[in-house]
Amino acid sequence: MLTVFNIKKGLDIRLLGDAEKTISGLDSRLFGIKPTDFIGCFPKMLVKEGDEVKAGSPLFFDKYREEILFTSPVSGKITTIRRGAKRKLLEVIIESDKKHESLDFGTSNPVNTDREAIIDKLLKSGLWPAIRQRPYSVIANPKDEPKAIFIPAFDSSPLAPDFDLMVHGQGETFQAGLDVLAKLTTGKIFLNVHAEKTKSKVFLNAKKVEINHFRGPHPSGNVSVHISRLSPINKGELVWYVYPQDILAIGRLFLTGKHDTSRLVALTGSETKHPRYFKTFTGASVVNMVKDNVETGDLRYISGNVLTGDKIDNSGFVGFYHTQVTVIPEGNYYELFGWALPGFGKFSVSHTYPAFLNHSKKYRLDTNLHGGERAYVMTGMFEKVFPFDIYPLQLIKAILVEDIDLMENLGIYEIDSEDFALCEVIDTSKTEIQEIVRNGLELMRKEMS
Amino acid sequence: MKALRKFLDKQKPHFKPGGKFEKLESSFDAFETFLFVPNTVTHSGAHIRDAIDMKRTMIFVVLAVVPTLLFGMWNVGYEHYLSFGQHPDVLTNFLYGLGKVLPIIIVSYGVGLGIEFLFAQIRHHEVNEGYLVTGILIPLIVPPDIPLWELAIAVAFAVIFAKEVFGGTGMNVFNPALTARAFLFFAYPGNMSGEKVWIADKLDSFSGATPLGQAMIGNFHNFPSPHDMFFGFIPGSVGETSTFLILIGGLFLLITGIASWRIMLSVFAGGLLMGFIFNLWGANQYMELPAWEHMIMGGFAFGAVFMATDPVTSAQTTKGKYYYGFLIGMLAILIRVFNPAYPEGMMLAILLMNVFAPLIDHIIVKSNIKKRLKRAKVVLAE
Repeated sequence: MLTVFNIKKGLDIRLLGDAEKTISGLDSRLFGIKPTDFIGCFPKMLVKEGDEVKAGSPLFFDKYREEILFTSPVSGKITTIRRGAKRKLLEVIIESDKKHESLDFGTSNPVNTDREAIIDKLLKSGLWPAIRQRPYSVIANPKDEPKAIFIPAFDSSPLAPDFDLMVHGQGETFQAGLDVLAKLTTGKIFLNVHAEKTKSKVFLNAKKVEINHFRGPHPSGNVSVHISRLSPINKGELVWYVYPQDILAIGRLFLTGKHDTSRLVALTGSETKHPRYFKTFTGASVVNMVKDNVETGDLRYISGNVLTGDKIDNSGFVGFYHTQVTVIPEGNYYELFGWALPGFGKFSVSHTYPAFLNHSKKYRLDTNLHGGERAYVMTGMFEKVFPFDIYPLQLIKAILVEDIDLMENLGIYEIDSEDFALCEVIDTSKTEIQEIVRNGLELMRKEMS
Repeated sequence: MKALRKFLDKQKPHFKPGGKFEKLESSFDAFETFLFVPNTVTHSGAHIRDAIDMKRTMIFVVLAVVPTLLFGMWNVGYEHYLSFGQHPDVLTNFLYGLGKVLPIIIVSYGVGLGIEFLFAQIRHHEVNEGYLVTGILIPLIVPPDIPLWELAIAVAFAVIFAKEVFGGTGMNVFNPALTARAFLFFAYPGNMSGEKVWIADKLDSFSGATPLGQAMIGNFHNFPSPHDMFFGFIPGSVGETSTFLILIGGLFLLITGIASWRIMLSVFAGGLLMGFIFNLWGANQYMELPAWEHMIMGGFAFGAVFMATDPVTSAQTTKGKYYYGFLIGMLAILIRVFNPAYPEGMMLAILLMNVFAPLIDHIIVKSNIKKRLKRAKVVLAE
C-alpha cells in the first residue's frame, strides 16, 4: 500500500513570478564558481588568471580534504580570481570559449564498477561536491559510508522550480546516476516525490530506490523533513543527499566520460518580465537572464529562492547548489505609521493584518524587514511552521548560549538552517535565525571533529 | 509626510555617536520608529519578512483592553454616585471616572516609560515596546483612589526589579504589571484591600465591599446578582469588573492570534474544576458558591485573559501552556476560598506560576530529549 507522508505544519508563501514552463538557451559568456557555496571549505587554488581550462579541469581543492576537487563547468580561460577581505576567495570566474570541451574521464558501467573506482571518478571529475551530508550540510567525506542517501525530487519553497521538467526525457541518464549512488551505500536510497505534483516517469519508474510520497506546505520538500520521517539521524549517524540535476551530471559522467553539468535554471520573481527556464551549466552568470527582462527600480537579485538564497548582483553567478534565480524589489523605504495602519495588501501569517482573510492572493514582496530587532517575546509561533519533533525556540536559545550538550539533546543534528527559514520570516522579533542556526551547526562541527 | 521625514533625516546625525545629543540616541530611535517603520532591508537569511513586528503585536493587546478601560472609567463614576444614591447620566459618570483614571494612566506610562528609556540608553538598545502593554494594564488592576505617589513607586519597583534587572522585555520572570500590583498590595495594604478603597470618594456609610470581600466574611445575603457581576456594575479595580468586555477583548486577542488560547482555556478549566471540587465538598457557604460564579468575580477573568497569557512569563512550550494555565486557575480559587488574608487569589496564583513556568517547560523539553536518546539507543541495540 502506498503511504503518503502528510506534512501539516508549514507555510506556502504565494509570490508573483512563477517560471513559465518554457526553456530558453542561455548565451552565457562568464561562469563563476564560488568557494563560499561550500560550507567549511578552505580553497587552495590550482589555477591562476589567464590559464586555459576544460570542463572538468580542477580549479581549487579543499585544504583539509585534498582529494575533493572543484572543477570548471566549461572550457575556456580563467579571467578573474576575485578575493575579498583577508584575501578570502570569493569567485573563480571562467570565460567560456563556447566549445564545451571536456576532459575525458572514460566511460564505465557503474553496475560493474567497484565503490573505490566510482568515488575516485566522482572526486576527479569535480562532481563529488554535489553529494552532501547531514548533519552540517557539508560536502560528504569520501571515506565515510552513509546509512542512507536521500534525493528530494520536488521543491516546495516559494516559486520553486519544477524538478519534473529538469529531468524530462533523461530517464536513462538519471538511472545511471542512481546506479552510481547505489554503490556508495549499503543502506537505502530514498527518492522522495510529491504525492500529487510529481508526474515524471523518470522519478516514478526509477529503480534501486525506495520511493516515498509527501504532500503539504513548505518545508515538505526539504530533505530534513524527509529524513525525519524516514530515517531520523541519531548522534554519530550520517546521511547523504543529492539533488536530481546533479544525479543527471553523475549519470552523464559515467555514460559519456564527460564532465557535463547541463541543467535548467528557473528565473522567477515578481520583477521579472518573462520568468522561464534557461538551459545552461553550473555557475552561469545571470547577466543575460535578466538583461531587458526585469522591471526598473531598486532590485534584489537572489541566487536560489527568497527563503534561503544568496544575495548577488545583476551580473552575479548562480550558486553551485542553486537551480533558481529570484528577482524581487528592494524594500529600503520608510513607512509612516506602517505598524499601526490596517495594512491591506501586506503579507502576514499573523492575524493582525487582514491578509489571513484572503488565502489565495499572490504577493509582490520586497526585502523590507518591517520592524526592528528585539528580544524573543512571542512563543508558539515557530511551532506552526516547523514540522519536526524539535522545540525550535529552545534550540535557538541553546545555540545562542553555545551549550553544546543541550544543542545535541534538542536535535541539532536533524536540522539545517534552511529548515528555520520560515521561522525567520514570521519572527516578530526580527532576528537572523538562519544565521544563528548556521553558527550553531558550525560550532558543533568544529567541536565534534 | 515627506517634510516630516526630511526633518528627521536632518536631525538624525545629532543623535548618532559623536553628535551633540548622542545620549538620547535610543529615545530618538524610539520616536523615529514610532512614526516610521524603518527602511532596514534583510541582509542575511530569508529575503522577505512578515509585516508583523513588536509594535504591531503590543498595540493589538492595548486595543484589546480599550473596551474594558472605557467601561472601567464609566463604572468608577457610576459606583461613586451610587454611594450617594445618585444616578447621573452616562457622560457624567464617565467624566468623573476619566478624572480619576487618567492621572493613573499618565503616572503609569510616565514613570514606566521614563525608566525604560533610561535603561535603553544605558544599554545602547532600542526601547522595547513591552511597556506599552504593561503601562495600560497597571491602571486597570488598581483601585480608582490609589495615591499616585504610591503607584509611581510601585511602577518603578516593577520595571526595575521585575524587568530591567533580568535584562529587559523578554527576559523577565515575573509579569511586571502584577509585580507592581503585588508591591502595592504588600507595601500599602490599607489602600489596596478592605471595603473602603474600591469606590472612588464614596460616602462613608455606604458599604463598598467587592463580591470577593463579602464572600470572605460570609456575607452572601446581599451579594450582587450574577448579571451585575458579569456585566461589571460592581465595585473593584478599574478594569476588572466587566467579565463581558474582558471576554470581548480576549476574543479579539484569540482571533488575532496574539494570546494563547491554550492558556486562556485552561485557566478557566482549572478554576471551574477547583470550584466544582469545593461545591462537592461543601464544608462552608463559600465552598458552596457555584463554580461558575468564581469566573465572574474579582480579577479572575482579567487575569486569565490579559495576565496569564503574557508570552514572556508563561510557559513557552505548547504542552506546558495547558499545565501552566490549569494550575493558575486551580490555585486562584484555592487561595480565594482557603486563605483568609487574601480575598483575591488570581494575582498570587499567576505570580506563583510565573516562577514555575520555566520548570514546567524544563520537564516538557526533557521528555523530548529522552525520546531522542531512546531512539538512538534502539538503533545502537540493532
